[in-house]
Amino acid sequence: MKRRSPYPYWFVLPAAVVFVTLFLLPTVASFWFSLTRWDLFDAEFIGWDNYRQFFREPFLVQGLVNTLIYAFVTSGAKTVLGLLLAVLLTGGIWMQGFLRSVVFFPVLVSTIGVGITFAALMHPTKGVINLGLGLVGLHGPAWLSDPALALYSVALIDIWKGVGLATLIYIAGLAAISSEYYEASRIDGATRWQQFWRVTVPLVRPATVTVVTLSLISGLRSFDVIWATTRGGPGFSSDVLASVIYKQYQAGFYGLATAGNVILFLLITIIILPLTWWFNKREIDL
Amino acid sequence: MKTFTYSAALAGAITLAAGMAQAEVTLSVLIDNNPETVASMEALTAAYTAANSDVTFDIEQRNGGADGDNIVKTRLATGEMADIFNYNSGSLFQALKPQETLADLTAIDGQANVLDSFKQVVTAPDGTVRGVPFGPAMGGGIFYNRKIYADLGLTVPKTWDEFMANNAKVAEAGKVPVITTFGDTWTSQLFVLADYYNVQAEVPNFAADYTANKAKYATTPAAMRGFEHLEAVFKAGYMNPDFGVAKFEDGMRMVATGEGAHYPMLTFGIGTVKQNNPDNLGDLGFFAQPGPDAGKNGLTVWMPAALYVPEASEHKDEAIKFLNYVASVEGCNTMIGAAGASGPYLIKGCELPADVPPAVSDMLPYFQTDGMTAPALEFLSPVKGPALEQITVEVGSGIRPAADAAALYDQDVEKQAKQLGLPNW
Repeated sequence: MKRRSPYPYWFVLPAAVVFVTLFLLPTVASFWFSLTRWDLFDAEFIGWDNYRQFFREPFLVQGLVNTLIYAFVTSGAKTVLGLLLAVLLTGGIWMQGFLRSVVFFPVLVSTIGVGITFAALMHPTKGVINLGLGLVGLHGPAWLSDPALALYSVALIDIWKGVGLATLIYIAGLAAISSEYYEASRIDGATRWQQFWRVTVPLVRPATVTVVTLSLISGLRSFDVIWATTRGGPGFSSDVLASVIYKQYQAGFYGLATAGNVILFLLITIIILPLTWWFNKREIDL
Repeated sequence: MKTFTYSAALAGAITLAAGMAQAEVTLSVLIDNNPETVASMEALTAAYTAANSDVTFDIEQRNGGADGDNIVKTRLATGEMADIFNYNSGSLFQALKPQETLADLTAIDGQANVLDSFKQVVTAPDGTVRGVPFGPAMGGGIFYNRKIYADLGLTVPKTWDEFMANNAKVAEAGKVPVITTFGDTWTSQLFVLADYYNVQAEVPNFAADYTANKAKYATTPAAMRGFEHLEAVFKAGYMNPDFGVAKFEDGMRMVATGEGAHYPMLTFGIGTVKQNNPDNLGDLGFFAQPGPDAGKNGLTVWMPAALYVPEASEHKDEAIKFLNYVASVEGCNTMIGAAGASGPYLIKGCELPADVPPAVSDMLPYFQTDGMTAPALEFLSPVKGPALEQITVEVGSGIRPAADAAALYDQDVEKQAKQLGLPNW
């Protein structure tokens, strides 16, 4: 039987109005506009042509592959590094509170600012990174302008900026693990290593689910760091789905750009939905 | 609207009380942030306000390139555009839907002074003129450092082979032969776009056939040559080590100060050198992009940007009065005074001063001889693909071969042609 809402209709009305006008209508409208050739003045219905065009974009396939690489690299690194940093920062080390805020600090800085700063740091001849490498006799690469490297350099910046949030979530997750488990395992003769793998990792699972889901979504729709550093370049070598879409928008192909957004929406759904379903199922098994 | 009426009434009351019959008006202006543009607009508006104390201006700057296209299109479409704005003429102007969004300027007084060659590139599909020229015409070609040329005993090349031979000698002397600035991706297009004089010298019908979807870059050897030039320069290793991140202003500095010998660019770069490295202005020279035949060497010309008034402007009449001033000889001289004479202005009776910098006097002979100039393709055809700058970066960085790039660009322009609703696409 369906449970009746305990609230009267007038009570949910304001939220419903906001939801319909700001979320539901634009979503429906975007599906409609993705089927038109739209120049902001008038929209001509052209069926599935935009989708066909979008999938024929030669750079789209590369953008799609790059999006997946970028999302999984950044999400994986943030999860692993986040957990390790959280373990370190809950171990009662010297100046723990200060160090925690140091790790979290990059999260608070404007992404565009971070991008511009790193673009300067990663300059091939005048950047601090390559000048530093030069001091120890190494010849640093063109981090952001070498087509083979650009995407990974940007991912590195994203990881640096985002790992603080993962760490924060993990610190909360670790704090929720009762110390009794550690005491019990110690009495059973478990080493620190075994404690980490047999107690910490399984019990911090809810935090892992949150971190993986959030970082994967942000990786899949990532745009700002890429745009502030390489603008998808050189050429199309660090283009991701979001930057390809943005460029269509810039060029005035509004219908095409909207179709790209619908595709991005579907892609995120296809990846995240089974993932959360799988995570939640495992949780019940536990 | 209501507040506007009240404030207008209030302003009216105040001016009446002061014994004057004129209403004060502030015109909003949106221009790109190029130093030459800003200097010209500031001088024009200051001079105009000095003569018409009831008109003041509120100048807002925007980025150039694709960001700028985006801002202009969105603000026009949403009715948020300033009373006066500058934007490209030619194919980019056509993409603004001028017959719907821009005020008709065909019959304004200032048009009497404007050369017909310019009116053509700001004419909407319905035959009406929608803009007045803002700034000088530009050449697209190659800046060179005159000191390096003198030191190495080089002469200005008339063919691409001579150009590459010069590059070899420059490289031997330990200087950068071809300055490349892919940090500003738009600068990567020059070898392709500035080659158009050579394309039309060989294939006179290219523009018409291209618009009609009959001619393609990939299947026209003369058109493909621009892409091949980019590839050749990369393969020879003639670029500066930081070519992937250097920007336009770096490029102009490098060629002016002699860090490098050549920089393919539009001549509006002269204004940038005048602002940033005035002492080196005398070392800056310019020549048209060399082609296969020394007997057919000429210059690809860019028409200046135009000033437009949106149809939706609340101060259309006042804005048009200002445009009449911009299109006058007096307005033209004000611009020359502010930004320098980096090329011919398209206003009848507006002469350049005698003492122009060498890069300008290198360019003027092309304009003074019949058949030595040809407009760039974007002024002859509305079809220009938005991804050209990424594609040329790929070719110039060795990511994609020239033939492949030309074919990819042919695919890219299809979107633009369809968006414009051109026949045959």
